[in-house]
Amino acid sequence: MTAILFIAQRASAAVLAFAVSVHLATILYAVRGGLTAGEVLARTRDNHWFFAFYVLFVLAVAVHAPIGLRNVIREWTPFHGRPLDVALAMFAFVLLALGFRAAVAVYLPPEALLG
Amino acid sequence: MSPGSESTLSVDVWRGATEGRFQTFQVPRRAQQTILDVVTEIQRDQDATLSYRFACRVGMCGSCAMVVNGRPRWTCRTRVGEAVGDGGKLQLEPLRNMTVVKDLAVDMAAFFDKWRDAKGHFEPSLISQDGGRTPPMEPQADFHIVPPSTPERRAADAGIECIGCGVCHSACDVVTWNEDYLGPAPLNRAWTLVNDVRDAGNDARIDAVSGSAGCHACHSHMSCTEFCPRGISPTYSIAGLKRAMISRALGRKP
Repeated sequence: MTAILFIAQRASAAVLAFAVSVHLATILYAVRGGLTAGEVLARTRDNHWFFAFYVLFVLAVAVHAPIGLRNVIREWTPFHGRPLDVALAMFAFVLLALGFRAAVAVYLPPEALLG
Repeated sequence: MSPGSESTLSVDVWRGATEGRFQTFQVPRRAQQTILDVVTEIQRDQDATLSYRFACRVGMCGSCAMVVNGRPRWTCRTRVGEAVGDGGKLQLEPLRNMTVVKDLAVDMAAFFDKWRDAKGHFEPSLISQDGGRTPPMEPQADFHIVPPSTPERRAADAGIECIGCGVCHSACDVVTWNEDYLGPAPLNRAWTLVNDVRDAGNDARIDAVSGSAGCHACHSHMSCTEFCPRGISPTYSIAGLKRAMISRALGRKP
């Protein structure tokens, strides 16, 4: 189990190294001349590449952060074992849900979101 | 001779066990004097109740390691001039991360138990006695020569000179935080055996070092590498074990 978590954390870190760089570079580039929220949304809506990129980003975060947090908690607190793993699985799910919701929100048109 | 004069050395020595205090001794400075010479002189001439451990006096046995002015090191191979800073004072403590038996002597049993837990023993590969018709049952009859110039032998050589002095164990922060952590020396031993082409115990060994107290717990602070008197890099060995573990988890031979 430790081996799988170790590999998952390293692999997700490799994805994040790429994704965070692209994310930051895009922000810096896109807003250099001043950009409104509407203009940002106009570029992100219906952009499949954009959506796929952020879904990948969110997946990597949801894998990477709970494993790292698990290591820190196990090392610095007496909180161990199954309760900790369950708590962090829930944390991973929250990250996944919030991240996916944010990606969908800037990808789909408002009508689709409001139903 | 008055304390503090150039030809006298002021030495604070730990007395007691886990609880204790420093006792100050004045020891004459001598040319080429080692820290072990100083401790021996205190024990012989000033306080026969001082406990410490040594055997070979030449950096082969690893039994005289102590913390000298905050740094874990072999006392037999450390000259006073090297260890004493501008202040001219010497402070001697027992190795950290081990139970103090008395004064400068520590109990190394838990340290060596971790070598066992990391499967730090050679597991001979067995061969079939009749050219493969029966399953391999017997150890090879003759020495299995691994020529010194081969990459296999050089890989095994990288960490093989460890003499188990415990300096790295004393220097490691992760050992301090997590008493279950196997530590740099047992992991270095495991990596040496992983690289030994004659050894057949890698499945159990990589399992043993892959747990939460194994190679993953290392923070790569590199204190072990910094302080190792043999110039070994246990940090490199631990990184190697992580790679071997990944290879094995992905179904490849380490």
